Amino acid sequence: MPVIELECHLGVGPEVSGEALVTDDNFSARYDLDRIKGIFSRPQHKLAGQSYVDKIMVFNTAKGGVASAWMLYEMKSRGIAPKAILFNYVNPILAQGAALAEMALCDRFAAGDITQLIRTGDRVTVKPAEGLVTITRE
Amino acid sequence: MRLTADEQSMLDGQQGEPRRWAMEHMLRVGRFFDAADFVPVVQAHIMADTESLGEAGVEFLESLAAAPEAERRVRIPMITDPRGIDFCHYRRLKQTDAMAVLEQRAIDAFEALGIMMTNTCINYQTIMPPVRGEHLAFGDTGVVIYCNSVLGACSNFEGGPSALAAGLTGRTPRYGLHLEQNRRATRRFRVSCQPRYLSDWGALGGIVGARAGSYREVPVIEGIDLAPGSDEMKHLGAAMASFGSVPLFHLVGVTPEAPTLEAICDPAALEVEVIGEADFEDFFARYGGKGEKVDVVVFSAPQLSLLEMQSLADLLDDKKIHADTDMLAVTSPAVAADARRMGLVERIESSGALVLEGMCFYQSYAREMGEANSWTRLLTNSVKLANIIGGYGYQPTLSNMENCVASAIAGEIV
Repeated sequence: MPVIELECHLGVGPEVSGEALVTDDNFSARYDLDRIKGIFSRPQHKLAGQSYVDKIMVFNTAKGGVASAWMLYEMKSRGIAPKAILFNYVNPILAQGAALAEMALCDRFAAGDITQLIRTGDRVTVKPAEGLVTITRE
Repeated sequence: MRLTADEQSMLDGQQGEPRRWAMEHMLRVGRFFDAADFVPVVQAHIMADTESLGEAGVEFLESLAAAPEAERRVRIPMITDPRGIDFCHYRRLKQTDAMAVLEQRAIDAFEALGIMMTNTCINYQTIMPPVRGEHLAFGDTGVVIYCNSVLGACSNFEGGPSALAAGLTGRTPRYGLHLEQNRRATRRFRVSCQPRYLSDWGALGGIVGARAGSYREVPVIEGIDLAPGSDEMKHLGAAMASFGSVPLFHLVGVTPEAPTLEAICDPAALEVEVIGEADFEDFFARYGGKGEKVDVVVFSAPQLSLLEMQSLADLLDDKKIHADTDMLAVTSPAVAADARRMGLVERIESSGALVLEGMCFYQSYAREMGEANSWTRLLTNSVKLANIIGGYGYQPTLSNMENCVASAIAGEIV
């Protein structure tokens, strides 16, 4: 089974593994989610209707919405949250929120556009302290 | 990161658990963004509505607030963004008592931390506008982009936890907009027609924000004939931050860091992107609904200034809102007090509209309010609100304040 290693900037949060859900769209916890149901709810979002629970989420960048910093913590406290979030580039809010929530978050990948390098359904391990993401593909 | 003796003492817990937590949190964030050290900040502004805090977030605040007084008080003036509840009106909005109880717990915790309950996202218009070059830790993207762009102050988008950490320590990691090299323009836009209404300024912000699309991009805009006022800048910035996570823009000849184009970029290095009449028409056309019944008309996000309250009162004089339509006008406690004293609140509410203070529509359990009040079709002049409220189950339509009022009277979108 092929394993692909992707180097990124040092991230925040613990090492986690899970199934990837990938989009080249952007992300805000406040604007895009129904946090009770655990799905993307904004109709214009490319993942509208899909569940983010326990997924390794992959987005292009983070959008406005300062509240997202609290929301990751609140979502994780209820167990209805992604396992990790990967971006090409994150904004400060999501990085701050992941730091509080102790959720794995990484960005700035050396190999290029992370939304193209990882595919939905890939088995992914995120190691923020090493700045490393590995993909295991069937 | 380099730490001063005072910072190391806080990190070591010698100044209590809240400041130890704050330093640890900021170190994580600072390392993530390659900050070399911390920068002293003079004001902090915290976004922490109870809808986003939830039970977990309120318990977190309460745990900090339980520390001895000397250990828990913020070190610099610290103020709050809008709350989720206007205690005078929450039942009429069909918010629940449980929401009000959670809100009160959050307020009690904030007050124990020494935070002033200003409850506003227009502090730059109403409380203490920052000065050029001041370093700040402000929450609310609309507040940050305004203070960076219009006033020349320096702040990153500070989420609630990081703003609180800055308040407790009087510093923030030096990265992003605290560094001069990150404030130069990276995208160049030229308008070929002049925005007229506040909603047009919002639309310009939405168009530029969507194209720039990143916290790392700094748009510079040319071609504005007359310097816009504070409310125009407010809508421009709030929409740009909402659509693009953009924290800073420059208007050539208007904003302080861009007296000329050359002062803020190498003009030859940036391609000019023209924004014309057709771009504005396309932007407004995304939000349909003409001829449909309108359930709720909302003026909020950002809160209304005193001048906007006056404009609304003038439009509503001797008029009645349609029986099947609700209208909400949301402002800050400071503006509400002035507007009440001057008779503006009475003039607005005589039409059947409701003036709310100290909250913001989308930070106030918008989904639950919508379901409880059967609000789906929402009309607003706020591009920011139109952008974000779809995620809460609404169908937004965007128009200028005059059309919003005319639609509220007709009960359908005109």
